[in-house]
Amino acid sequence: MSVQTLPDDASRQFLAPYAELKPALPGADSDWLANLRDDGADAFRQRGFPGSKVEDWRYTSLAPLTKSAFDWREPEATLDAEQLPALVFGREASCRLVLVNGRLSRDLSAVAGLPDGATLMGFAEAADQSPDLLREALGGESVLADQPLAALNTAFMADGFVLHLADGVVLEQPVEILSVGTGGKQPPLYHPRNLIVAGADSRATVIEHHVGLCIGAYFANVVTEIVAGERSIVRHCKVQDESREAFHIAATNVHVGRDAMLDSFVFAVGGHLSRNEIRVKLAAPGAHCRLHGAYLMRGTQHCDNTTIIDHAAPETNSHELYKGVLDDEASGVFQGKIVVRPDSQKIDGHQMNRALLLSDKAQINSKPELMIYADDVKCSHGATAGELDDEALFYLRSRGVPEAQARRLLVEAFLNEAIDGIALAGMRMPLEQAVARWMSGAAR
Amino acid sequence: MTQKMLEIKDLHATVDGKEILKGLNLSIGAGEVHAIMGPNGSGKSTLSYVLAGRDGYEVTGGDVLYDGESLVDLVPEERAAKGLFLAFQYPVEIPGVTNMIFLKNAVNGVRKQRGEPELDAMEFLKFVRVKAKALSMTDDMLKRAVNVGFSGGEKKRNEILQMAVLEPRLAVLDETDSGLDIDALKVVADGVNALRGPERSMLVITHYQRLLDYIVPDHVHILAGGRIVRSGDKGLALELEERGYAEFVDQAAA
Ligand SMILES: Nc1ncnc2c1ncn2[C@@H]1O[C@H](COP(=O)(O)OP(=O)(O)OP(=O)(O)O)[C@@H](O)[C@H]1O
Ligand SMILES: [Mg+2]
Repeated sequence: MSVQTLPDDASRQFLAPYAELKPALPGADSDWLANLRDDGADAFRQRGFPGSKVEDWRYTSLAPLTKSAFDWREPEATLDAEQLPALVFGREASCRLVLVNGRLSRDLSAVAGLPDGATLMGFAEAADQSPDLLREALGGESVLADQPLAALNTAFMADGFVLHLADGVVLEQPVEILSVGTGGKQPPLYHPRNLIVAGADSRATVIEHHVGLCIGAYFANVVTEIVAGERSIVRHCKVQDESREAFHIAATNVHVGRDAMLDSFVFAVGGHLSRNEIRVKLAAPGAHCRLHGAYLMRGTQHCDNTTIIDHAAPETNSHELYKGVLDDEASGVFQGKIVVRPDSQKIDGHQMNRALLLSDKAQINSKPELMIYADDVKCSHGATAGELDDEALFYLRSRGVPEAQARRLLVEAFLNEAIDGIALAGMRMPLEQAVARWMSGAAR
Repeated sequence: MTQKMLEIKDLHATVDGKEILKGLNLSIGAGEVHAIMGPNGSGKSTLSYVLAGRDGYEVTGGDVLYDGESLVDLVPEERAAKGLFLAFQYPVEIPGVTNMIFLKNAVNGVRKQRGEPELDAMEFLKFVRVKAKALSMTDDMLKRAVNVGFSGGEKKRNEILQMAVLEPRLAVLDETDSGLDIDALKVVADGVNALRGPERSMLVITHYQRLLDYIVPDHVHILAGGRIVRSGDKGLALELEERGYAEFVDQAAA
């Protein structure tokens, strides 16, 4: 047993059903896909669940995961169409895929009004009908080498969404992916695999919305891969509102091409244990990314935001701002790595993480990490943690604003800077409402 | 005997365990303007915070009656709803909250507590604009975050705008004149005077006679060592201007 990992039995337990499930997993006819799955299983077998000695996982323990008995069979779960409107986050999206426990529900999904050259389908559909779409973009080596949970996902990936945009295709409306966790007698486990391939000069906004329908546990082990072609603009807005007992471990891996732009926003309020890892490779000159995030946690929730930005080419920019609000005994983690490679000159990289602690027992671990090997580089980072400003609170109250409302105003004001960054106008309102709901303590 | 609007009786108060107010007595009738002057550190701002109900300012003896009822156990927002207003000596900056949002929350917060309906957004905007204009404040200042990047004088004017919008019955102005240039002083004094009326009372804390030329007080008190050591009419302020506090400080220490 290696000290780098959790006990092997735990990892073995997760791989146990692999041989049995494999023949029924989508794309079983494609040799390359079958091989990729095997590689995923092998990589996970070798690495296992990362333990606290693994630098990337120092502040987030996966031990609780290995103690639960998950149901890896296909949980027969359905959702009534009437339940949808209450769950939908953004405005009425004309294009929406609904996944229930990781599986696409065609009945609940509606895909309309997509322009020619745009394809939106389930991962399983794509694996069976047009595997070539997947082949060019599905992450291989790096996923398997560095991301054990993504490797596990690679072995078992059964469904998810695939958005493919041909060169020059512009989506005027956002596409919404609603991923619903229903829970079950035994906590379900699923491995959604999502893919966004944006051709040259294309534009898309994708809302990836994870929501829990139950109060029970389940484990969503998500991988989303984004390839942003030359001069494309991809906006990825992720909302993590899983059940309060859920495990949500997600990796979003992005490849940003020449003069292309990734605009990422992550909003997290749910989950018992959640991690959102974003890896961005700014692969060619002019590539650009903006990572914004806001998280609100209470009770004993734990939320980990880990980002790794690789300035792999000269003249690439990154801008990062995360804001967290932590109450009760909640804990937050922010790890932000910025790598500037030796030949990457003329780099701009800025990173900031701010946390607001609403209770004495709430805590945040912030770890910025700059690895700069070039000299013509402008990089900055910062982290702050503080309490609600007593003076501001008193000032508001002395003007007649009741305490709860005054606190809400101050928390909203704190988050505004991060939320303001969202280019997607239609998202502002629902996000502000979600913040207000969180402040009033109402469980949805 | 007619009931006073504000009656402070033998008030003792501590800050962080240290006694600052040591038996302070003061009564203010409806429609009256009282001025408090006193050396630095004598407890003027402490009195204003105790009146407004700030956490950490503990009343350890005596009482504060407002319309005959004790204020001591009320939280700050309840006092505001009853018509009490404090213009801060050091107005607070609130990044991320615009002046307009702040004012709206304040007015609706007060109205809600009083069981009155909330104001219509458009009407409110118009109402605030008129008040702001009277204080030579621009629309831009309404859109900016509360006091953030405001000059010292602008912050003070902002306090008076809040007062004008909230229309309190008892306003405590803590050194609202400090940091104001002569023109701004007039604008602010006009703003204060515009609110004067038979039902509205004011407690004006200042170091300078000059403000009292514009806001003419009915009574002037000297606060030293946590007590009112002398009271008089507006002539007392002039007397102070000439002679300083020396004899009163001695008196307080005695
Ligand atoms: N948190 C605190 N802990 C201890 N002493 C305090 C605290 N806050 C205020 N004081 C003290 O209380 C006394 C009164 O302060 P206060 O601010 O009321 O004075 P003031 O009369 O308003 O003075 P100024 O004219 O300078 O504004 C001062 O000696 C001050 O140092
Ligand atoms: Mg003072």
